Amino acid sequence: MEHRDENKEGIGGMINPRRYGIERVAYLLMRLSGLGLLAYFIGHIYETSLILKGEVGWSEFLELTQTTEGHVLLAIVIAMCVFHTVNGIRVMLGEGGVGVGKPARPDYPYIPASQNVKHKIGIYSAIVLAAIAMLYGLGVMFGE
Amino acid sequence: MAQVSSIAEEQASTPLSPSKSVTLRIARFNPEHDSERKFMEFTIPYKKWTTVLDIILEVKKYFDHSVAVRYSCRQATCGSCGMKINGKPMLACFTKITELDSDVITVEPMNNFPIIRDLAVRFERLFESHHKIKPYLIRDDSEITSNEKEFLQSPKEVEQYIQFANCIKCGLCNSACPTMATDSSFVGPQALAQAYRYVADSRDKGKNSRLKIIDESHGIWRCHFAGSCSQVCPKGVDPAMGIQLLRGYLLGFRS
Amino acid sequence: MSKMRESVIMKIHYGTALAAVALVAVHILMRLTLNFAESLEYENVIANYQFIPYAGMLEIILILLSIHGFNGLRVILLELKQGKVYEKAVSYGCVAAMVGLIAYGSRTILMVNMGMV
Repeated sequence: MEHRDENKEGIGGMINPRRYGIERVAYLLMRLSGLGLLAYFIGHIYETSLILKGEVGWSEFLELTQTTEGHVLLAIVIAMCVFHTVNGIRVMLGEGGVGVGKPARPDYPYIPASQNVKHKIGIYSAIVLAAIAMLYGLGVMFGE
Repeated sequence: MAQVSSIAEEQASTPLSPSKSVTLRIARFNPEHDSERKFMEFTIPYKKWTTVLDIILEVKKYFDHSVAVRYSCRQATCGSCGMKINGKPMLACFTKITELDSDVITVEPMNNFPIIRDLAVRFERLFESHHKIKPYLIRDDSEITSNEKEFLQSPKEVEQYIQFANCIKCGLCNSACPTMATDSSFVGPQALAQAYRYVADSRDKGKNSRLKIIDESHGIWRCHFAGSCSQVCPKGVDPAMGIQLLRGYLLGFRS
Repeated sequence: MSKMRESVIMKIHYGTALAAVALVAVHILMRLTLNFAESLEYENVIANYQFIPYAGMLEIILILLSIHGFNGLRVILLELKQGKVYEKAVSYGCVAAMVGLIAYGSRTILMVNMGMV
């Protein structure tokens, strides 16, 4: 079959958060936080395996994490974790048909019922809670 | 006769709004011999009620008749004139210059559809996906054979799907969808919304076969409820709602 | 495996997410029962691992997050590019990575739990 350029928008279009409101920002953050958390999880499994090297190995690893960079990284992980959890619950509810509105005869100007204030509040809550958790984490880590 | 002249007088006395001008940038590309897309610029006067399609047709009429654009009804019914207007998929006939709030209007072909030429794109994939979900009533009996009664529905039953029956297959939803931006195999929001339209129809008995069709690796699960499809739909179909309600059947929340 | 329906896979994806949220919350709260830095001291961590219910919970979290994480990665990769060979490679690659990570993490949990440090 003849190859035809599909004129796909590509990754640039997929991750562009500017055109379609906060829902596309949430979509992007969900992907990024998911990938970030997976990377952290793999790293976490590796770092905790250092305990097998005994007390010296464990202490060496702990020293590495007890740096400013280590604390900032962990704070970002906390933020990603909270955002991914809260927004994930919102998406799961939405995907189960909860809070997406009921079918009805549409009237001009055709404001889509699925893009409603409940879901927008869910997204903003996820962002705010992630920020609060990150600040709390920074407080705990730098407060010591 | 008197009535006709009074209308003529009325029209003549209606003050015309002062004409302004807008710069129209049209993407020009012919995949058969062009290596890259080029933009042509035209300065076109417009009125309060002028649509993007109107100024494109002005260009065709007075400046360059070779601009390729598909259109027909000029009233958001045929779904032919979908294109990217200032970066977002819209119907050219349904978008007034004044509502764009910009002195420059850039029109490009819709993304996620192969380009035929300039602003005209191919719809094969959309129609194939639409056809794939069996967009017709599935049942053993028929209302057109003798001794059968018309399939009656209550207004409440009609409400369940009538919104989704408004789809004009313009393809704007598929163009805005973030999954479609990279996934060449995704069935797309248009077809998924239509799958819901028939599943929700009380006369239809094909729910299980449709759910089976969309429950595959590039089916309904590749929708992540970003909702861009619903934001660009010019007919209020709200595909995102239909898709989530449809997914409710697969998750066991609906029966 | 390859013929598992996508709805089944995604139900597992959602289920592992919900279960992991509850268990990770317990895991983090355990860090905060003591002072955060103190809870990470060698003896305390060893004691945690040797407390069988906690070690069991770590093992469950490991399995849940590996499944959820690598399935999420599979979904993203499947949407980025298509093709029979690529899609098979992504699916089997993600399952292999998932199994590998579970095995590696289980080794740590098991060895510390059995006092092999």
